[in-house]
Amino acid sequence: MRFTDIFSPFLAWTRASKKADTIPYPYKDNPGSDRYRGFHKNDIEKCIGCGRCHDICQNEAIDMVKVADADPEKGDSKLRPMVDYGRCCWCALCIDVCSTGSLSMSNTYSWSTFNADTCKYVPGVDSRTWDDSEKGYRQDNEILGWAGSPRVPMTVLTPEERIKGFEEVVKGYSMAEAVVEASRCIRCGLCVTACPTHMHIPEYIAAITSGDIEEAVKLFYDNNPLPEMCGKVCTRQCETVCAMGYQGEAIAIRWLKRFACENFESLSEVLGTDLEPVASGKGTVAVIGAGPAGLSASYYLARMGCDVHVFEADDEGGGVAQHAIPEYRLPASGYAKQMEVFEKAGVNFHYGKPVTPGKFRKLMKKYDAVFAAPGLQRSSDLRMEGADLPGVLHALYFLKDDPDKKNHDLGDTVLVIGGGNVAMDTARTSRRLGCRVIVSYRRRIEDMPADDEEINEAMEEGIDFRPQTIPARIEKTSTGLRYVYFKAVMVEDPDGGRPKPVKESDEEYHLDVNTIFLAIGQAPSLDFLPLEVASTLKTRWGLIEVDENQFTGVENIYAGGDVTPGAGDVVTAVADGVRAAKAIFRKVNRNG
Amino acid sequence: MIPEAGRTKTTHLFFGPQHPGVTGNMSVEMWFDGDEITKAVTHVGYLHRGFEKLMERRLWIQNFPLVCRICVPEPDINEECYAMAVETLAGITVPERAKWIRTMVLELARLGTNLMVFGGQGGTIGMGTAAMWGITLRDFVLDLFEELTGGRVYHMYIIPGGVRRDLPEGFGRRMISTLDSIAERLPEMDRLILNNAVFKDRTIGVGMVDPAWVDELGLVGPVARGSGSGRDVRKDDPYEAYAHLDFQVIYETGNDIYSRTVMRRREIDLSISLLRQILENMPEGPVSTRLPNLTQWKVPPGEVYARLESSRGEYGYYVVSDGGTRPRRVHVRGPSYVHATALLERMLVGANIADVSNIMVSLTTCPPEIER
Repeated sequence: MRFTDIFSPFLAWTRASKKADTIPYPYKDNPGSDRYRGFHKNDIEKCIGCGRCHDICQNEAIDMVKVADADPEKGDSKLRPMVDYGRCCWCALCIDVCSTGSLSMSNTYSWSTFNADTCKYVPGVDSRTWDDSEKGYRQDNEILGWAGSPRVPMTVLTPEERIKGFEEVVKGYSMAEAVVEASRCIRCGLCVTACPTHMHIPEYIAAITSGDIEEAVKLFYDNNPLPEMCGKVCTRQCETVCAMGYQGEAIAIRWLKRFACENFESLSEVLGTDLEPVASGKGTVAVIGAGPAGLSASYYLARMGCDVHVFEADDEGGGVAQHAIPEYRLPASGYAKQMEVFEKAGVNFHYGKPVTPGKFRKLMKKYDAVFAAPGLQRSSDLRMEGADLPGVLHALYFLKDDPDKKNHDLGDTVLVIGGGNVAMDTARTSRRLGCRVIVSYRRRIEDMPADDEEINEAMEEGIDFRPQTIPARIEKTSTGLRYVYFKAVMVEDPDGGRPKPVKESDEEYHLDVNTIFLAIGQAPSLDFLPLEVASTLKTRWGLIEVDENQFTGVENIYAGGDVTPGAGDVVTAVADGVRAAKAIFRKVNRNG
Repeated sequence: MIPEAGRTKTTHLFFGPQHPGVTGNMSVEMWFDGDEITKAVTHVGYLHRGFEKLMERRLWIQNFPLVCRICVPEPDINEECYAMAVETLAGITVPERAKWIRTMVLELARLGTNLMVFGGQGGTIGMGTAAMWGITLRDFVLDLFEELTGGRVYHMYIIPGGVRRDLPEGFGRRMISTLDSIAERLPEMDRLILNNAVFKDRTIGVGMVDPAWVDELGLVGPVARGSGSGRDVRKDDPYEAYAHLDFQVIYETGNDIYSRTVMRRREIDLSISLLRQILENMPEGPVSTRLPNLTQWKVPPGEVYARLESSRGEYGYYVVSDGGTRPRRVHVRGPSYVHATALLERMLVGANIADVSNIMVSLTTCPPEIER
């Protein structure tokens, strides 16, 4: 010990003359830092109620609650997180995983209240003083990537390989790839709200994650008897609302469905006893048309024990979806596998039996109910000079006529008029037949009703897009056809509709081609209905109007699929069939 | 030391679990003759919160906000141990910059803890001012943590795969300025604590840890290094960025409380020096590796022991995975397991009753790591 040790501690008194380090709260505030994890905020418009915050919260401090009695809608559960600050540990995991990035934290950390119940509130709905706080913890998905991740890439043929033939473009996932992709799902179930037939998407993805592919297939068939077709050509409304799509890429729901179906040689073997009737339903039902809607209705009616007879004009089932979509998108190989399921389920098919008004009357007498799902058989005409010239063909009929097998002579250059999926299919098919292909469409490319995927792949394959072109006429030339058109400008619709194409000037432009395909839409043909039925049915634009049970308003007659107003895709038709089957079953069995 | 029959009687006293002189919630049951302790038995169990069991019920990711709660003054060691263990099991590579940031966080935490314990060592013998000064300097470190992580005490910043955020703009500059201001004030604390006749009187030759006990009892950290041992995981088994840093293991040979206090004081200087080195050499790059879907993240089966040097010595996590979405077993092993039980019971025999909390603080006994 040194002598100074006796005195040195007293030097502490020199501190008395210095400024205090203590913050004299409340006279001086000490706000939280820019990154402070304080009370929650929620951008209520951005939030989709996926419940990811609720799932990740380790303290169960977050409940998803209904606010303002809003009902769920497509892609939004309308539930919002309520945070209980008696449980919250301010870890901010909820912020980092928020799929839309709507949830954040303010830098406010103190709050006094006489009412303890207010310490449990719905951020963004129950107003708080820190709602406008600029500072506080924010998500940074760039760093963590917890709120959205990229999907497992799908192996596809290169554009050069594709145009050599009709080989399927998409190669499908391997087991390992499918499991990784499936494990990205956060099981929020928002996809179910968007799927027309409300498939059990989170459940079957969970089954794939755990490697139980059979279970996934069984779940498909619970409300969709055409899973392989949907797994390849579905318009996947589910993926457009996927919570993972906001800051990453949506789960490849369609490809997972495809993977599960392709995993088995026979789907009916997987279903096994699941194909036996689940109810002892009575009654006989006639189904007109073996397209997706007719097949779907017949499958569920048969499963409920009804005697179902399907009348199809063609020699095969599957409808326009199976027979007009080209091989490279929907190969015929999956057809027999899916049809076997219907036969095993006890559906009676009568192929090559077009329904006439006389036949329809007989069906109405003989059967307890009729489900009409004839689809759209007619390709719309273009009322234009020269539209009836030889070499001007209807795209729909061309696609149905097995262009991959038969030798169609289209010449060197093909022009397709239209911007829907039929137009894309025709353009890409012509490209595969060795033609130079041009697509003419009245509106802009982003207005095209075709799937983005189709448009992109068509562009990759070297198809020449001519958007904003208004057809004027078609002329015959010595070498082929001359397509004359005007250039269009887009004009805002004063009624708030989508912008309309209007002639830019009277100046005419032209393209010399060999073949022109019309793909401007399809129309129904209600010729099969007897006059007394046709006159009592409610129709709009030639389509049969139905209620939420697919009931037409005429005793015992139901309708669905493309012949009724709707999205006009496979899964919507399937959903129509499911609804019709339920309604017909209820009706028939109440009477019987 | 059994009292002679008839001369005095043995007094029996419970010290703690609720007592400001006890570090955390544990109790020491003592028998003493006059004011000299003849027998001491430690009792733990007042702070058991079932962390290890809770972790088995939580997803892999949900545990990082939980583990930090095992240690209030130095929570980051838990996050780091857990992250290292999970990364080893799952085969995750941590980006280089994240390693340096983690090292910085660990050193900042060590600095904060040592400042508090250094001041607290004075506090145990009635020098309240020293304790307050220690807490004040630690608060400057907490300000840095608040800016970096968004939390003052529980940072929840080190995650499996890296860290949660990059350094804020200008953070390095503000850290240097804080370190400068701490370094400037340390001599004041030295005059108050180390160059203090009372402190020296109460600590030199008191609370002796025989160097032979280091191996016998498995003593680690400052307790071992205060008795001439050179044990330091940072040097013996370098983790994160420690292999790239220039430093020597600090040890003292006095075996008493004073040596351990001096050792801690020198650790403070070392932390400041390491922090400056880290800031100078920190590489650029990403700070986190992308993890799989957190709610379905399965870690491959296996078992691993991850260890690091905490302010109290070697601190480790033994983590077992059965390949599921949650840990099968997590075992937390803190140095106080030995220091606050076997060693303390041995040291207290023959000690003066007034020195009990003095000894306990010098061992930085921490009950939460004994009863997880």
